[in-house]
Amino acid sequence: MATETDKKAPTRRRFVQGTLRTAVGAGACGLGLALFSAQSRSLPADALRPPGALPEDKFLSACVRCGLCVRACPYDTLKLADLAAGAAGGTPYFRARKIPCEMCDDIPCVKACPTGALDKGLTDISLSRMGVAVIVSRDTCLNLQGLRCDVCYRVCPAIDKAITLDQTHNRRTGKHAVFEPVVHPDACTGCGKCEKSCVLTEAAIKVLPVALAVGHQDVHYRRGWEEKSKAGRELVPGIIDLPDRLPELKP
Amino acid sequence: MTARIPGRAAWAEHGFWSAHRYLILRRLSQLGVLALFLAGPLLGVWIVKGTLAASLTLEVMPLTDPFVVAQTLVARHWPEMTTFTGLGIVVAFYLVFGGRSYCAWVCPINPVTDLAAWLRRRLGVEKGWAMRRETRWLVALAVLTAAAATGTVAFELINPITLLYRAALFGTFAGLVVVVAVFAFDLVVARDGWCGHLCPVGTAYGLIGKATLLRVSARGRERCDDCLDCFAVCPEPHVIAPALRARAGGGPVIMSGDCTVCGRCIDVCPERVFGLAHRFDTRVDAAAPSPARPAAGQSEPAALEKA
Repeated sequence: MATETDKKAPTRRRFVQGTLRTAVGAGACGLGLALFSAQSRSLPADALRPPGALPEDKFLSACVRCGLCVRACPYDTLKLADLAAGAAGGTPYFRARKIPCEMCDDIPCVKACPTGALDKGLTDISLSRMGVAVIVSRDTCLNLQGLRCDVCYRVCPAIDKAITLDQTHNRRTGKHAVFEPVVHPDACTGCGKCEKSCVLTEAAIKVLPVALAVGHQDVHYRRGWEEKSKAGRELVPGIIDLPDRLPELKP
Repeated sequence: MTARIPGRAAWAEHGFWSAHRYLILRRLSQLGVLALFLAGPLLGVWIVKGTLAASLTLEVMPLTDPFVVAQTLVARHWPEMTTFTGLGIVVAFYLVFGGRSYCAWVCPINPVTDLAAWLRRRLGVEKGWAMRRETRWLVALAVLTAAAATGTVAFELINPITLLYRAALFGTFAGLVVVVAVFAFDLVVARDGWCGHLCPVGTAYGLIGKATLLRVSARGRERCDDCLDCFAVCPEPHVIAPALRARAGGGPVIMSGDCTVCGRCIDVCPERVFGLAHRFDTRVDAAAPSPARPAAGQSEPAALEKA
């Protein structure tokens, strides 16, 4: 009995060693893949996902990189990312400055998605949030210099909702007006037509991912004036309104 | 003594077509599938859209790759019904038509690794790194773990199958470096290393292959003269012996899910031992009266077969 065990021992040891080696090798492959995959998770700021795309981390678990959305896009807007091209390899994206989203009413890219990486709950394209336009360059935007370019405002599919022109005083000339393009994130779909049509060589307005472009008010914040109008009365009655502290005037 | 070239004996005896028909049909099938996808972007005739990860045929029939679905599930995404419909069609098809027959008849990496294996045989490259049979299961497990840990369809970043299809269909050519790497690996590092031991997509189809109907049968095994041509060309040589040698009183059908039903053994066998069959087909041809030809010049076939 004992001798039989002794005879078997080397075989068993070889087996255990071989299996361990294989397991360690496979584990190393898996680790390498996981690291590469983790690195590929960050999306370049100018790469926008198609309409209806799940939030980026969910999107990467759902998108199988089949390219059916790209095939469905009638304007050649969507592309598949190449290996190590920034966006995770094989996933669909578009660059607004190259070809923006034309916001089809029937949203064919979402319909084509077989996995739900593009959410079929999106049926009204004006509710899509591919990104948010931001005036990134106030000192080159022609309107902000007091000129009447207005192009981003005019091409916006949600004109007067996503982009408005706010009239302010032109402090440079002292007598003219400035028509400042102001983006309203609650109405901006991130289609990118503004960025595409900005007349400057380097666009002054760019569409950024929502997470980069939009801040969030802390939940514990209450704006007194909003609460007051909601309640229809002063929340703290008889509050003493102290005089504002002004710089002391020298006699 | 010059090395025996597998398949030459069958060619001399049965003619070129008979000794190459499954090889030629497979190449036509692989090219045909790619052509169905390419007809859209090249000619504007949209027959199949998408890639081998997920596709839509004639705007009605979805198809989904099983390993892609496995990854998306472990990455904690519950896909839409279309994904499961596509998966069901694929699984049902391969439950009938051979499991890893996907690897031999559809996968575009097969010609790449076949070329590497052919070059190895021609250049007389040693077998190289002998990976263990269970490696493929551990690799598949590791890949799924990576997908689960990162919450991404991780393997699609480096999957040479879909990278090659995306390169051909969407012009993302950088992905071809992985295809070149697989070729180099099979040529230099390990014989049939990628398809036979590493690729988790093939592992998934092999799982279906464990229960599939279409199989290769060594029903003429009584005629076998130990020339070993089938072992030389088979990408998964370990699957042949149990059926051919009737070990443990086994039937003639190659039951292993690793068999890709490529049919190359059917082609190259001068004695016409092999043929397609279903898995319940236990027929074995009666022994031939007497072998007309001498054994094919191998002194110790059993030892070579193990090597």
